[in-house]
Amino acid sequence: MSHLSLTDADREAMLAAVGVASVEELFRDIPEGVRFGRDLDIDPALSEPEIVAHLTELAERNVDTGKELSFLGGGIYDHYVPAVVDAVLARGEFLTAYTPYQPEMSQGVLQAIFEYQTAICELTGMDVSNASGYDGTTVAADACFVAKHATGRSKVVLCETVHPQVRQVVKTYAPGFGLEVVEVAHDGGVTDPDELGKASADAACVIFQQPNFFGCLEPAPDLASAANEAGALPVAHVDLVSLGVLEPPGAYGCALAIGEGQGAGNFQSYGGPHYGFLAARSDLVRRMPGRIVGETTDLEGERGYVLTLQTREQHIRREKATSNITTNQTLLALAGLVHLSWLGPQGLREQGETCMALGEYAKERLGLPLVFPDRTTFKEFAVHVGRSATDVIRDARAQGVHPGYALGRDYPGLDDAVLVAVTEKRTPEDIDRLAEVLGEVAR
Amino acid sequence: MKLIYEKSKAGRRAGSLPRYDLPNVEVPEDLRRTAAPRLPEISEPELVRHFTALADRNFGVDTGFYPLGSCTMKHNPRVNERVVNLPGFRDLHPYQEEDGAQGALELMWRLQEILAEVCGLHAVSLQPAAGSQGELTGLMLMRAYFADRGEADERRVVITADTAHGTNPASVAMAGYELQKVETDDRGNLDLDDLRAKVDGRTAGLMLTNPSTLGLFDEHITEVSEIFHDAGALLYYDGANLNAVCGISRPGDMGFDIVHINLHKTFSQPHGGGGPGGGPIAVRDMLEPFLPVPAVVRDGDAFRLDHDRPKSIGKVRGFGGPFGVFVRSYAYIRAYGPALREMSEAAVLNANYLLARLKDVYDLPFDRLCMHEFVLSASNLKREHGVTALDVAKRLMDHGFHPPTIYFPLIVPEALMIEPTETEAKETLDEFVEAMRAIAAEAATDPQTIKDAPHRRPVRRLDEVKAAKRAVVKFGFEEHPDLAPVKSEAGGEAIEAAKGA
Repeated sequence: MSHLSLTDADREAMLAAVGVASVEELFRDIPEGVRFGRDLDIDPALSEPEIVAHLTELAERNVDTGKELSFLGGGIYDHYVPAVVDAVLARGEFLTAYTPYQPEMSQGVLQAIFEYQTAICELTGMDVSNASGYDGTTVAADACFVAKHATGRSKVVLCETVHPQVRQVVKTYAPGFGLEVVEVAHDGGVTDPDELGKASADAACVIFQQPNFFGCLEPAPDLASAANEAGALPVAHVDLVSLGVLEPPGAYGCALAIGEGQGAGNFQSYGGPHYGFLAARSDLVRRMPGRIVGETTDLEGERGYVLTLQTREQHIRREKATSNITTNQTLLALAGLVHLSWLGPQGLREQGETCMALGEYAKERLGLPLVFPDRTTFKEFAVHVGRSATDVIRDARAQGVHPGYALGRDYPGLDDAVLVAVTEKRTPEDIDRLAEVLGEVAR
Repeated sequence: MKLIYEKSKAGRRAGSLPRYDLPNVEVPEDLRRTAAPRLPEISEPELVRHFTALADRNFGVDTGFYPLGSCTMKHNPRVNERVVNLPGFRDLHPYQEEDGAQGALELMWRLQEILAEVCGLHAVSLQPAAGSQGELTGLMLMRAYFADRGEADERRVVITADTAHGTNPASVAMAGYELQKVETDDRGNLDLDDLRAKVDGRTAGLMLTNPSTLGLFDEHITEVSEIFHDAGALLYYDGANLNAVCGISRPGDMGFDIVHINLHKTFSQPHGGGGPGGGPIAVRDMLEPFLPVPAVVRDGDAFRLDHDRPKSIGKVRGFGGPFGVFVRSYAYIRAYGPALREMSEAAVLNANYLLARLKDVYDLPFDRLCMHEFVLSASNLKREHGVTALDVAKRLMDHGFHPPTIYFPLIVPEALMIEPTETEAKETLDEFVEAMRAIAAEAATDPQTIKDAPHRRPVRRLDEVKAAKRAVVKFGFEEHPDLAPVKSEAGGEAIEAAKGA
């Protein structure tokens, strides 16, 4: 086996040093009854070229966004990932290191996380960011945990326009956290601040999404005010790609800003691994989950970085910790930092403007009835296709175009609606092609 | 070294994206961003140099030996990086229809089958994002299982070992259970008498790492399993140490009902400076209905996502889990095939060899053959020369090694938890032995050099206490304290808490 480095002679010398006669004897403490008596039933070993051939065969049976003109979004987007991201992530010093428990060995990744935390704070307008959460769903559950302990309340309010999977994950975590979950229905594709205000009484937090799952811009400042008036923490679930053009949650009174980072620096990868981000106002810092990097000095007064505020964490606080997280998504967050540094503030703003302009162009070219007319949208929007959306998607795909996500999967009554996403990678000509195909298959 | 924000200059940029000749769309005024985010403004050559310089200040398995106990820092084969970047995997949207994702679904199904076989259990969900999320998911399954049997109100307690990872008690609390701890006996096994006194009708289950965080296989695992099953409770296996026993002993055969597997440890997903990981869970058949949705199932020659699981706990993460991790781990396992036990055999041999060559110079709390890792104590050095486990760790850096996990498990004072993994060469192990022995000798002759270590890293010993006190957690731009140098403030105070595991 090429991953191992011991020769037969090494083994003999090592067994002799240990004072046993065989490798089997090393396992003598395992009771007889629980020793495994046969070979594992796994397909035969493959050489490296055979591994490549086998996985290439599997990969080619997938229809990726290079094989099909795709307008799929719904939380994961086909944004461009710059080549410098690949170059940085290929560095073994980052790729094959672990959590920087020993800071003197890990200044590279610690400084990078400090820079990432800074970028997330700048984009969201918050005071402090953690080093990453698992994804855009679990950071919502984390935010509920923070809010419960910060407010002493045990109800959380979710807008129905929040990503369905985010809501599902919060509901899965809720019983263990001792939380009751309440949902607020949308009104024409966005949330009514008055309705939200009513639901927020006695709530620990309110989670809304900006832009929301339908791509519509919520009246986010009004939603945050409604929550604040009820004493509930406003939590904004935001898209980093939108934050060059949209107001940051910190500017309109949010306590926490969370989201899925994939669009900034990560490939789609069938849903993961990506990174979730979680940022908060400074008063919540000691209740935050996950790793946080802080600045300090060394023996000689030189600046350096360490994991900090660790008394929040499981390895010290154990059952009283603010979360159980250890392994997070550092490498993917590093990709996010490289991507955002490559874009810069102007590039990010231009990307947002391009996505919005392409979206308006697509609405016009498709000429299909909008599910939520008169709403400003960012990057994606919902259209009626006149018959079963899944049938329309099937027929369009037969012509090499994937028009988007069938909203009826999550929203009963929207069975004829497709959520169409346009990133900067879709050209006006691509959109013309979508219009042509939908013109044939939608009625 | 400067932060990237300190290298920023207005008007500079690296990237460009397509712009189309289309009218701009107005964002309503109250939603429009007014102050631009202060992202770095930097050219691509400067950007590449910045991150290359950061990489140079970091240490990975690629750089050298990384015996961080309980973290399984093994070599990461590069072919796995090649296959994960195949466009069919990398550029696949998670909402792609099932007929356009057959290769991905088949890979997930195959990995599930392999993990079930390795664990000796029946069904697998790949969804959890990391080991600690696997733990929480497993406890949610316990809760759903007992609720389904009408026993949820009585069964309120989960028992963990006093050697457990901190994640175990934290997960117990997050799942809404009460925690009870069981002690370790003088051979490093669970104390059976203590256990018998604590397990009753209020017990939902046990969470156990086996081999334990002491690197010892519990010699009474069959009795432990009987105690819990006789009381109607379940057994949860923390798979952090699965690297010791693949193909040698299976958790399901030991009596465990739920197992999480750390794909980033046992199955070589690169640790990425802290992640990503993968924490699939394997369960006995009676727990399968409660697994997260969607399940990946096989229907004849086709594969599909099954959302119709009425008893499911729900979802613990978006989509089907960290798919790229599955690709790497599947490729890794296929390189071994049925001979996977050779991986664990080499890991255990490497650990025992190090133990045999070090136990005369450091304290050894439990003198037994170890599994894939072992725990020494620097108590002798502390008592005789004032040199702590932390000092030993910092001095190892000067010898070119990443330190082991220290101050864990908590029951061993001045713990040094060493896990070499199977991929290291004997020469590397010998060099590490020489370094550990040299430090023990130096403790007697020149303890101050050890206490001042490291001497050969880009920074000297860093002040963790000060970092926690002032909590500077982002660059402050114009008001940043470090734009003015702070050379006069000397630091170096490190917190003696678990580092690693």
